[in-house]
Amino acid sequence: MRKLLRAGTVAVLATTALITSGCSTDAGSGGGSGPVELTYWAWAPNLEKVVDIWNEKNPDIQVTVNKQDGGDPAVTKLLTAIKAGSGAPDLMQAEYQKIPTLVSADALADISDGAADLENHFAEGVWSSVTLGGDALYAVPQDTGPMMFYYREDILNQFGLSVPTTWEEYADVARKLHAADPTKYLGTFSANDAGWFTGLAQQAGASWWSIDGDAWGVEIEGDATTTVADYWGGLVEEGVIDNKPMYTPEWNSALNDGGQVGWLSAVWAPGVLAGNAADTAGLWKAAPMPQWGSEQATGNWGGSSTGVTTQSEHKEEATEFATWLNTDPEAIEALVKTANIYPADQAGADEALTEPPAFFSNQPDFYEVAAGVADTVSPFTYGPNVNVAFSAYNDEFAKAAEARTRTAFTDAVAAMQDITVADLKKSGFTVK
Amino acid sequence: MTIPRSRTAAATPVPARRRSGGGASSFRSRVLTPYAMLAPGIVLFLAFMAAPIVYAVYLSFQKTQVTGLGLGSGARKQVFVGFENYVAALADPEFAASIGRVLLYGLVLVPAMLGLALLFALLLDARGTRAAGFSRVAIFLPYAVPAVISSLLWGFLYLPGVSPFYFVFDALGWDAPEILSSDLVLFGIANIALWGGVGFNMIVMYTSLKAVPTEIYEAAKLDGASEVDIALRIKVPIIAPSIVMTSLFSLIATLQVFAEPTTLRPLSNSLSTSWTPLMKVYRDAFTRDDIYSAAATSVVIALATLLLSFLFLRIVQKRAFGQED
Repeated sequence: MRKLLRAGTVAVLATTALITSGCSTDAGSGGGSGPVELTYWAWAPNLEKVVDIWNEKNPDIQVTVNKQDGGDPAVTKLLTAIKAGSGAPDLMQAEYQKIPTLVSADALADISDGAADLENHFAEGVWSSVTLGGDALYAVPQDTGPMMFYYREDILNQFGLSVPTTWEEYADVARKLHAADPTKYLGTFSANDAGWFTGLAQQAGASWWSIDGDAWGVEIEGDATTTVADYWGGLVEEGVIDNKPMYTPEWNSALNDGGQVGWLSAVWAPGVLAGNAADTAGLWKAAPMPQWGSEQATGNWGGSSTGVTTQSEHKEEATEFATWLNTDPEAIEALVKTANIYPADQAGADEALTEPPAFFSNQPDFYEVAAGVADTVSPFTYGPNVNVAFSAYNDEFAKAAEARTRTAFTDAVAAMQDITVADLKKSGFTVK
Repeated sequence: MTIPRSRTAAATPVPARRRSGGGASSFRSRVLTPYAMLAPGIVLFLAFMAAPIVYAVYLSFQKTQVTGLGLGSGARKQVFVGFENYVAALADPEFAASIGRVLLYGLVLVPAMLGLALLFALLLDARGTRAAGFSRVAIFLPYAVPAVISSLLWGFLYLPGVSPFYFVFDALGWDAPEILSSDLVLFGIANIALWGGVGFNMIVMYTSLKAVPTEIYEAAKLDGASEVDIALRIKVPIIAPSIVMTSLFSLIATLQVFAEPTTLRPLSNSLSTSWTPLMKVYRDAFTRDDIYSAAATSVVIALATLLLSFLFLRIVQKRAFGQED
């Protein structure tokens, strides 16, 4: 019996050891001696190859890339680690729209001391999204996604249609194309891609959040956004624009077989098109977005930055690395060549981007068009509950796209506004 | 239960003698040893079941309170709010709608799934069925496919642009129904669960059929009963307990449906992020970053599931297990 009892005790101890060892995680920071070790959560493809260049040059500061699934899961993981008090990395790839949420959860450190005089590297709209319009700096911009209009040149030529430069012309081309061949659409209204619609609203002059003293303003339901929603609702109601989401097997097949003749996307579209519609290489062209008024403008869809977390024990070194990664000419060239991103650093972008992407070899001036467009990104402020507004977009615009009526689209904007404001108030924010 | 107990008492007179001998060793062997042996299980249960449940209940009474713009450190704190999250969860029309959908989904799915499972089990058990082994494996196999994978597969088949079914319908000049439209998507999801679930339930029923002594069937045959009579009047009543059990499991699985609609959601406009109660919990916790109201909703769902299971057992127990009492 004594033996049995002892066996039981051992079992208890083993179980406890199992549990406690499962709970303790190594923060991965170096001690007093030896090189400083930094961990970096990121999901950009091949980023580790760019980091290798840094590691070779800086034996004292070694950075390890920890691959993440993507923007949303990485943020969820980081917020959990922040709440738990340990387990966060030193550096974090953060999408622009997530920065207010992360700052609000006290996940990103203010690095304005270590990374001064960076402002002139970036476009005004991009800089404002990493400073949130204040004196603090929460991340160094890495890449941006200025929106452009992509179209199948061969199909537009076949039907004798010209490239639309205004939204009125876009609607006209959409109608003529669909009338000439009912299986073809100039585009689709995707209720799944909130970032895409945000970019369209941004182009029309919307800025959904604003800071006024100690209060947040929410203006989703404003003239600009309502105009955009009404426009797309009209096209969907007419049936000349598809109402199915993007990034589905069906959409991929339509990109391949000419069912989707155009795509309102961002500068990173060549990578997606090459992956999803490889057979159409050389058939697409990029143009600036159709315009609402006489002044050229565009929105931003995607793009991310490099932030330093509040749990990092080596904020100075981490800031140094983040600055090098996103503004050093050698790093930017590597980012462009191996990670295929469009750098936020404007001078660096001009220098590194000389050849068009292979998929667009038919358009030698691809990056000249892109640089011209990138200059015209309208300013836009994100708020602390972008996640709520975006999930409201998914639900409300899915209903509207399914209903196929113009009024349903403007109702969806109103519902987004209500849900976003209600969420802020519930958390105790002052809403103007 | 009475038989084993008396048997142990009769077979182990040694501890009884010891009891009169010394108090300490008897206490150790009678009281401590069982607990020591149970300890690993108890510790694991406490750490991975009980503690998370208690923590979830604790969270459900909290919420975040923001001061000022909510930026930077110390701008957010957790405060006690009593039943506020519960009131909000119960008053939320989205939550009510999601429960309504799930009940309708269960109404469609459970009878169809168990009906088919019972039919297949009876057919496989019937005399003279050919290729029973192959059929059993073929019917069971879809259960081995994870729900996410089967939803992706069926999602492909439901999308008119890429589905071979729609291609065939088109070639024949027929109008195919849009399964992913908001009217039909519930049936589409039920179909995926049906495809995956029939096999498992069929195996449970088939196994209990195999346990029935064949003399009963022979006796029935002598009395002039046909195969159908035997199936309906003898087999079904005998395996009633396993039918009740599979119903209960299916009912609970129905209330917890999550993987299929979540996987299909990006493919269409007809599934919202709060289409089922668990999807709403997931959205609140991980998309909206509000684990407090998500915890409250989870507690409500758990209690409702418990209540529903209890009521269900109460109603059918008398009939199904009556002969065992």
